[in-house]
Amino acid sequence: MGVGDVTATTLPATRGLPRFGRLQTIGLIYALFGAFLTFNVVPNLERVDKAVTFEPPPDPLTLSFDPRLVAAIIGVVFIGTGVSTFLGPRLERVAHYGLIVSTACIAPLIIVLALALSDTADTNVLQLMVESLRLGTPIALGAMAGLWCERAGVVNIGIEGMMLGSAGVGFAVYATIGEGTGGTWLWISILVAILTGGLIALLHAIVAVSFRTDQIISGVVINLLALGGTGFLRSEIIVPSGVSSGESTSTIALPGLSDIPIVGSQVFTQKPIFYAMFVVVALSWFVLFKTPFGLRVRACGEHPHAAETLGINVIRTRYTAVIVGGLIAGLAGAWYSLETQGGFEDNMTSGAGFIALAALIFGKWKPWTAFAGAMLFGFSRALGTRLQILGVEIGDFSIPSEFWQSLPFVVTIIVVAGAIGRAVAPAADGQPYQRSR
Amino acid sequence: MTDTTETTRERSGAHRFLDAYFAAAPVLVPVYAILLAFVVGGMIILAIGDNPFEAYWALVRGMFGSTDRIAASLGRSTPFIGAALAVAFAFRAGLFNIGAEGQLLVGATVAAWVGTFSFLDDFPALIAAPLVLTAGVVGGGIYGGIPGFLKTRTGAHEVIVTIMLNNIAVLYVRWLVSSQDPVILRDTNASVPRTEPLPDPARLPELVDSTPPLHLGFIVMLLLCVFVWFVLQRTTTGFEVRSVGTNPHAARYAGMNANRTIVLVMVLAGSFAGLAGAGEIAGTSGFLSPGVFVAIGFDSIAIALLARANPFAIVPAAILWGSMLTGAGLMQQETGLSIDVVRIVQALVLLFVAADVIVRTLFRVRRKASDALETTQLSTGWGSAT
Repeated sequence: MGVGDVTATTLPATRGLPRFGRLQTIGLIYALFGAFLTFNVVPNLERVDKAVTFEPPPDPLTLSFDPRLVAAIIGVVFIGTGVSTFLGPRLERVAHYGLIVSTACIAPLIIVLALALSDTADTNVLQLMVESLRLGTPIALGAMAGLWCERAGVVNIGIEGMMLGSAGVGFAVYATIGEGTGGTWLWISILVAILTGGLIALLHAIVAVSFRTDQIISGVVINLLALGGTGFLRSEIIVPSGVSSGESTSTIALPGLSDIPIVGSQVFTQKPIFYAMFVVVALSWFVLFKTPFGLRVRACGEHPHAAETLGINVIRTRYTAVIVGGLIAGLAGAWYSLETQGGFEDNMTSGAGFIALAALIFGKWKPWTAFAGAMLFGFSRALGTRLQILGVEIGDFSIPSEFWQSLPFVVTIIVVAGAIGRAVAPAADGQPYQRSR
Repeated sequence: MTDTTETTRERSGAHRFLDAYFAAAPVLVPVYAILLAFVVGGMIILAIGDNPFEAYWALVRGMFGSTDRIAASLGRSTPFIGAALAVAFAFRAGLFNIGAEGQLLVGATVAAWVGTFSFLDDFPALIAAPLVLTAGVVGGGIYGGIPGFLKTRTGAHEVIVTIMLNNIAVLYVRWLVSSQDPVILRDTNASVPRTEPLPDPARLPELVDSTPPLHLGFIVMLLLCVFVWFVLQRTTTGFEVRSVGTNPHAARYAGMNANRTIVLVMVLAGSFAGLAGAGEIAGTSGFLSPGVFVAIGFDSIAIALLARANPFAIVPAAILWGSMLTGAGLMQQETGLSIDVVRIVQALVLLFVAADVIVRTLFRVRRKASDALETTQLSTGWGSAT
């Protein structure tokens, strides 16, 4: 260490210098990006009016704008936010609001830029929102499944397996007994899928809670079992049954709400598990955070020994929580094979359970923020698909579809690294519990 | 040592046999677990009306039926060793590296890219092949370092970041290898998307010409296991890694730089997977096609757990894994059973090894006091490291 360093740290003069922490780093990135946007991107855009719509054609509600103007305004907002983060503690509040506004501007900016760079004149943004919610449904359900387990102190990386397993068993029942023709058997199959999730969770509970096996191993076992088991199920039962695809759940127009103009026909005319997801999130929040039972569950996740002292049966509570989580994961599985596809493919959940886990950690083990994480993921997936359809070209280079498909993953990393910071799990998460004697 | 001094009286033959039996318990439990997994798997085969003995006989012959089969099994397990080491090494530092698949893929891609350099043709094999492998190490190391760096700098959880990086790697490697406009790594002469084959000097020599071949990469992987063991048990860095894994707060209090260790561990872990990926490119096909290393991420986690993150135990675990996947082909051919049966048995093996309570109760294997120390808790919680 040089002499200069010592004087720099001992002199109180450093107090006057601007701080350079996380806030300033993000601010700097915004400012640079805003400057690039305003002074480099905007002047190169074509002068053509574009529009966003809120209804499917014909004759939709339309909002026209000049993409150059909108992009320039957002660019200036970015620059302003960036500058405000360096103006000292007195303007910190302004900087924080600026960051929220700027972050909220990113999605509209992408849509505006994509429209400006493609030949399409308009795009339906309300439908984009609905699509985000729809694609986020299994992620949100998976995150709730994880929430229940981990709040009770049981790490669950087997969500993927629970979802895949229940998707497979649910469709196997639907194909063999229900013959894939919809009606009552479809509902029974959904119920079977949910119960399968619960059963797999029971295995997780027995292995992880009663045998006190490492919970990560137990989760990996479940993932492997589900992968092999459903593959076996498909080749030995579903394929021989001759029903490779069946009728999936039909849309339900919510009475009253579906009559609202514009919104009603798009948001409130969806499939049942889509609606159920909102109920599950709300109920999970209510039960876990507003009822004595939920408090007991959370106590088992934070300090099981203290919980036991208060007369809580830790083992039983953990069992209940894990099984509830499994039932929710089963519903997510049903979303795959019985709501979107009406069919089953090998590994059809393709990592969604892990993304749900990411949403849960992103949401710091809280229901609404985990839901927000799932929706962020759903949004970036819907956006990726939409931009792929718009066919964006920068110069001669048409952006490959892989780029758009990677969008949700990149967004998740940026958000987790940039905005969230350290996530603190329930204190006893992952620790097996042995009753004190 | 204490239990031997307590009982100094003369032992009968039966007693001595029992002592040996209990002393062998750490080995016996996995053996019984594998046995039990096959029994349960057999019941599943029986349930759908097939003969389990026939199926297993075909499986075993497929695994080890001939020299060729044995070589193929070993060849198949080669990448699993490196990928599982990537997971296990991170486990020892309390990090959960789900990203072996991505790290392997990036390592393989960088290796395939370096392989397209024309000057490689003029190099002797002694330089060209290590150069390609090094490329894989660098690629995997950098890709593995990203989650480590993000974790220490921003607190982003490595589980999330590695999962996302896996998906990103799969997508971008697919693009790099199959894009035709512009052509990036695609071999324009090939009808299917794949990279240009490596020049001969850069290829790893085959030890046995089986399918898949047993190549020099297997020996490289064995040396890697020794290297990892040495680093973990015999170096200061290894001590720091293990300390950070057991208790990061204590490690920091003792003056260790936990953040530096975390980045280092992730870089090294990634480089192990990258080496495995490069070894596969240089040893088997000679080129990279998209979607080759699917499911290797899952498998490597399972193998690392089966071996309880012990670098030497990874070798038999990986061989078991690889050989079962090789043997499954013959089983399917002869009995018409789907390969997924093997996947189920593999999952059960892991289950019974992990939940050793089941095996110990069924076969009355006593738990020794020293066993308790061996069982390292892997899931120390999500956010506890750093």
